[in-house]
Amino acid sequence: MEATQATPVKYDMEVVRWFTIAAAIYAVVGTLIGVYIASELAFPFLNFDLPYITFGRLRPLHTNAVIFAFGGCVLMATGYYIAQRTGSTKLWSNGLAWFTFWGWNLIIVSAVVTLPLGLTTGKEYAELEWPIDIAIAVVWLAFGLNHIMTVAIRKTSHIYVSNWFTMGMIVMITYLHVVNSLAIPVSLTNSFSVFTGVQDAMVQWWWGHNAVGFYLTGGFLGIMYYFVPKQAQRPVFSYRLSVLHFWALTFGYVWLGAHHLQYTALPDWTGSLGAAVSLAMIIPSWGGAMNGMMTLSGAWDKLRTDYILRFLVVALAFYAMSTFEGPVMSIKSVNALSHYTDWTVGHVHSGALGWMAMVAYGAMYHMVKKLWGVEKMYSEGLVNVHFWLATIGTVVYVVAMWVSGIMQGLMWRDYDEYGTLTYTFVESVSAMHPYYTMRAIGGLIFHIGTLIALYNIVMTVSRAGATRSAGSVPAKA
Amino acid sequence: MSDHDKIYSTKFQDNIERNTLLMFVVTAVAVAIGGIVEIVPLFYLPNTAMCSSALAGADATCNNTQHKDNSGNTISMDKIVWNPATSAHKTLDEWQAGDGVRPYKPLELAGRNVYIREGCYLCHSQMIRPFRDEKDRYGHYSIAEESMYDHTYQWGSKRTGPDLARVGGKYSDEWHRRHLSYPREVVPESVMPNYYWLSDGTVNVEETVQTMKVLTIMPFNPIPKTIYTDAYIDGAAAQLEGKTEMEALIAYLQSMGNHIKFEEGVNYRD
Repeated sequence: MEATQATPVKYDMEVVRWFTIAAAIYAVVGTLIGVYIASELAFPFLNFDLPYITFGRLRPLHTNAVIFAFGGCVLMATGYYIAQRTGSTKLWSNGLAWFTFWGWNLIIVSAVVTLPLGLTTGKEYAELEWPIDIAIAVVWLAFGLNHIMTVAIRKTSHIYVSNWFTMGMIVMITYLHVVNSLAIPVSLTNSFSVFTGVQDAMVQWWWGHNAVGFYLTGGFLGIMYYFVPKQAQRPVFSYRLSVLHFWALTFGYVWLGAHHLQYTALPDWTGSLGAAVSLAMIIPSWGGAMNGMMTLSGAWDKLRTDYILRFLVVALAFYAMSTFEGPVMSIKSVNALSHYTDWTVGHVHSGALGWMAMVAYGAMYHMVKKLWGVEKMYSEGLVNVHFWLATIGTVVYVVAMWVSGIMQGLMWRDYDEYGTLTYTFVESVSAMHPYYTMRAIGGLIFHIGTLIALYNIVMTVSRAGATRSAGSVPAKA
Repeated sequence: MSDHDKIYSTKFQDNIERNTLLMFVVTAVAVAIGGIVEIVPLFYLPNTAMCSSALAGADATCNNTQHKDNSGNTISMDKIVWNPATSAHKTLDEWQAGDGVRPYKPLELAGRNVYIREGCYLCHSQMIRPFRDEKDRYGHYSIAEESMYDHTYQWGSKRTGPDLARVGGKYSDEWHRRHLSYPREVVPESVMPNYYWLSDGTVNVEETVQTMKVLTIMPFNPIPKTIYTDAYIDGAAAQLEGKTEMEALIAYLQSMGNHIKFEEGVNYRD
């Protein structure tokens, strides 16, 4: 942390409060849709012959809700929070911050309306149609400008490491969103990519993987680098490691997208290059994970009593696990088995539930206490219950997908002694049923955790409501 | 020396950390490189099915792509990508399977819009990999040219259901109608939603015609105006009038995967 000012700064924290509450709500909604579509795959009658709730239409709503609604609100809440606190300054523009809050939420509402109606670009993780894409670009640039300018007007000498990661995310997501969304409209609600086949696939996964790399990883590493030291009340383990971590990821992550297209019609060199850099990324990723974990050096006993710290540390463990699993899956011989299977889905969720959501909740609980000026949550015990539900739910989900994914891959390629395929495709589908059920249960456990978190946060806020001042809280950093 | 003046890493890193603009610029350059290296060459190298672009003009050789037959002779690109100028079949209606990759007919295009709308790509891939089991299950591996007219590619990333890249002609229209309507009546173990309600909706004629027009003005791999002629686009509405979304989707599925006549033993990816 940078040295704090002698005189307390009045921060602009009301917008951070709203983003935090919104994030807690969207986590509930996003995981609920996830549980529902997971159940549809286990029990297809749940589609109820209603076009609006079929798997194909709700799945993009699930991904958009958890990534852009939940993840986005967490990133903007923490982005504004950290930039102010590490810079001992108010926001560059409080008005612009409110514009991003209402703009982002309007985008989320429009996603909730359009995706079930089947209005989609057909690009995975970038399904929203062109008018919404333009709105996203405008709001994102407003957030980026406000964040970077807040960093620029800081009172401290150096830019804190969290803000590097957030800045990297802002720049990269801008590149990705603009290029991947290039399309020509045929109507207000329909458009087609300017690219085809190979080029469209590469651009799509350049976007897809770096939405993971810079938004769900880089942005959340920024959160990690602020809230882990804060919650542990220890300085970051190694400054130099954080420098290496940042630049290696910033330069390297960009190359990974091609590993999603191994053995497709994409030229071999591109996929191999993507896999080679993916393997190299294990080193900085683990360096960063260690950097976070070792920050607890000398404070490990806090894990016994500090439930928020548990979220942050287990998140780092999942981060380390996922950033090992990912490179392994990018190797061509492994990818030949894992691609097109549930293993990929499991990998995404060990990252999204285990790493991203856990670190987000660690940060949210920490912020709620600071933002509403309370010593404790409404119930510290419920934080612990949430922690265990989140951890168990994630593990159940991921294990189910490991088994089903590897089983699918093996069944598809299995030959009998006569040299013919052992299994028809649909035999692999019916073999998935127990694991799809188990996955839905894992997701449900995680979802119940998000409900408890929302309840706990709302109760904490309403108790503190009577006493807190309206506009801003004094710095106690 | 105060703590704030001490340099803990290198002078360059220290400068970056003190200067917001410098950090912004260095980061903006660092994150751009990987994408440029991996994406830009795909517009210039052979075997990427970049056959014509607004930037480079029409390129019938597809960036000098050369598929070699078993005797080592170059296979004419006209055999891979249908070219009405050299083919015996001059219009989309005359085109026959094996003539080479062609754009979609109006009803197929309307069906493709339904395919995208319903998120079929979330459970079905359209990209066969060069493995023995995929060949036995789905057919010849997919090559780049086969999706060169697919603005918004539909390769997919997940096979909750089987690959569809070569589903065309595998089943009858009636099989598709029954299977799409009530999948479990045909395949009891299926987890696909019922889509019988696609028979209730008629295709959006205006939007499909507009789609055809837009596809001819795309900056990369636009559909040649010698194929989507003005007259052909004008006649599209008549072909679409009164057709159901179910008929359109089936037409799309039946159009997939039989465009190229593949020769055994030829490597179509080098």
